[in-house]
Amino acid sequence: MPLRLERQENVSGLRLALAPLLALVFTLIVGAIMFVVLGHDPIRAFGIYFVGPLLDPYTLQELVVKAGPLLMIGTGLAFCYRANRWNIGAEGQYVAGAVVGSWLALVTHGTDAGPWVLPAMLVMGALGGALWGLIPAFLRVRFGSSEILTSLMLVYVAQLGLDYLVRGPWKDPDGFNFPQSVTFDANAVMPLLMDEGRLHGGIILALVAVVVATFVLGRTLVGYSIEIGGSAPRAAAFAGFDERRVTYGVFAVSGALAGLAGIIEVAGPIGNLQPSISPGYGFTAIIAAMLGRLHPVGIVVASLVLALTYIGGEAAQISMRLPFDVTRVFQGTLLIAILAADVMVRYRVRRVEGTSHA
Amino acid sequence: MLDAAILGAVLASIVAAATTLLLASLGELVAERAGTLNLGVEGMMIVGAAVGYATAYGTGSLLLGTLAAILAGMALSLVFAGLAIWLATNQVASGLATTILGLGVAGLIGAPFVGTRLDGAPALKVPGLTDLPVIGQMLFGQDAFVYASLVLLAAVTYGLARTRVGLVLRAVGESHAAAHALGHPVRRIRTLAVMFGGACAGLAGAHLSLAYTPFWASDMTAGRGWIALALVVFSAWKPLWLLAGAYLFGAVSILQLHVQGFGLGIPSQLLSALPYLATIVALVAISALKRGQGAPASLGVPFVPDR
Repeated sequence: MPLRLERQENVSGLRLALAPLLALVFTLIVGAIMFVVLGHDPIRAFGIYFVGPLLDPYTLQELVVKAGPLLMIGTGLAFCYRANRWNIGAEGQYVAGAVVGSWLALVTHGTDAGPWVLPAMLVMGALGGALWGLIPAFLRVRFGSSEILTSLMLVYVAQLGLDYLVRGPWKDPDGFNFPQSVTFDANAVMPLLMDEGRLHGGIILALVAVVVATFVLGRTLVGYSIEIGGSAPRAAAFAGFDERRVTYGVFAVSGALAGLAGIIEVAGPIGNLQPSISPGYGFTAIIAAMLGRLHPVGIVVASLVLALTYIGGEAAQISMRLPFDVTRVFQGTLLIAILAADVMVRYRVRRVEGTSHA
Repeated sequence: MLDAAILGAVLASIVAAATTLLLASLGELVAERAGTLNLGVEGMMIVGAAVGYATAYGTGSLLLGTLAAILAGMALSLVFAGLAIWLATNQVASGLATTILGLGVAGLIGAPFVGTRLDGAPALKVPGLTDLPVIGQMLFGQDAFVYASLVLLAAVTYGLARTRVGLVLRAVGESHAAAHALGHPVRRIRTLAVMFGGACAGLAGAHLSLAYTPFWASDMTAGRGWIALALVVFSAWKPLWLLAGAYLFGAVSILQLHVQGFGLGIPSQLLSALPYLATIVALVAISALKRGQGAPASLGVPFVPDR
């Protein structure tokens, strides 16, 4: 094939910023084709999917409610991915955090415990997520096991554990045998930010995480050691950065943020423990981290875009009877597109004369 | 005490459960021996399951369904190959993207078929032998997928170790720079290996939706693609060890079902978690023992010709 990719030396910031836009355009084109194949007018479908939710104050709030967990988990994953550690089990850490934090809500249920319950739940949620995340980190450091596979396997284990709890010991005895816990007391619920809608304090915590992460990653030695450990491990070793500490650190941070997102979701929009507490936030956050180019501020924007695919998917389920899988196709295509677009803006495709195989 | 008939049936179902894993991990092993880590196995498998089921349901032919599943797995593997091999993107991220896309596409294709059923692939019986006590059903009463997986295992084992194609493929996986210098088309070979992996994952999906549980359910692969990836590590990249690994995992997943059936008071969720926990234990055991020995030297490293 007489085509070759040539790396360009000085890629302007504008060109790099162009990549996510290119990816979005590509995704929309694929989406249009998908709607036509499914027998829907793409213009109408796009209207329901991507425009409708932006025009209604209620769905605008929901957009932020859904973006919250994505940007919180995605920010944590940025630590891992910058360090070239592949934590893909954030969904499990999210569940672990929700379970550990909820324990406090359940044991204080019906007592006159004070307003300390919610803050303590959040701390416990973060700890639970961090501990769950430290398992693959430990297995990698101690035994050299692939953190990709172990972190993912632990997702299934965490989900089954949650399932056991809400069908067994933590089931609401007065809940007509539904598999769910009691509804949390008022002192164990996230405060709402507005009189109407579901917007809750979680988004403030998520934004605090973004600000702190931006500072740590961009302005501190810790952030630098993460970055170097990922891009030039040998140089990092010579510089005296401890590879094991980086592994533990990034898994603890990403696990804690995923766990925090989990307990916030349970103490916020959901209100109790149920067998399913996430529409795949932990996996979608991987896309948010990539789309946001592993930069916390970029991840905020990316999370809003991805939240829109969730909200639009719900709208399309109701008004067009489209399955929720349309949203997964959008999200998968978006990740593929951003990976490809990243290369496209950094490299130039050039025709080469003569024969060049490989 | 278990009587011979029950034991025979259990052994037969272990083989059936192991076949999905064996098929998918064989394909991934070939892709990895050529140097490419494709985390899209779960996605390619479920697309195979959905396309295979839809085709078989529409045409009434299990053979056409199986062929369609193989082609679908290959088609999705090309998306991965385009990214990871030709654009040299990060292989982990590209594989994840492939899986997420595959789960979505499979859900869309399968949606109209939720709640339907097919007559699954029939057991191929050998008069006289199938009725042997205990081992008869296990060895001589399986469907065509099971025998195909064993033929494929033999072919891959022989092909990798004893043929020129296998030698070149391994060379590309061990040192793409050296293979390139010798004039081997590194990226084309890797693409073909990834396509073989896609075909095998699609076939594994077809086994799932056309034979093992002959219906469609969304997310029916339930992490089997990921377990197949772990099996490749467990095998230390040696095909024959895949057989042992796949049958071990088949045994764990079947026996936990039977223990659930006995109702020994063990929470069913704990038993359901056993295959995933066993995967972690197996990964840890193998990495503690071997410390990454056997992994192709260029595994996961994109090849960019700089000349």
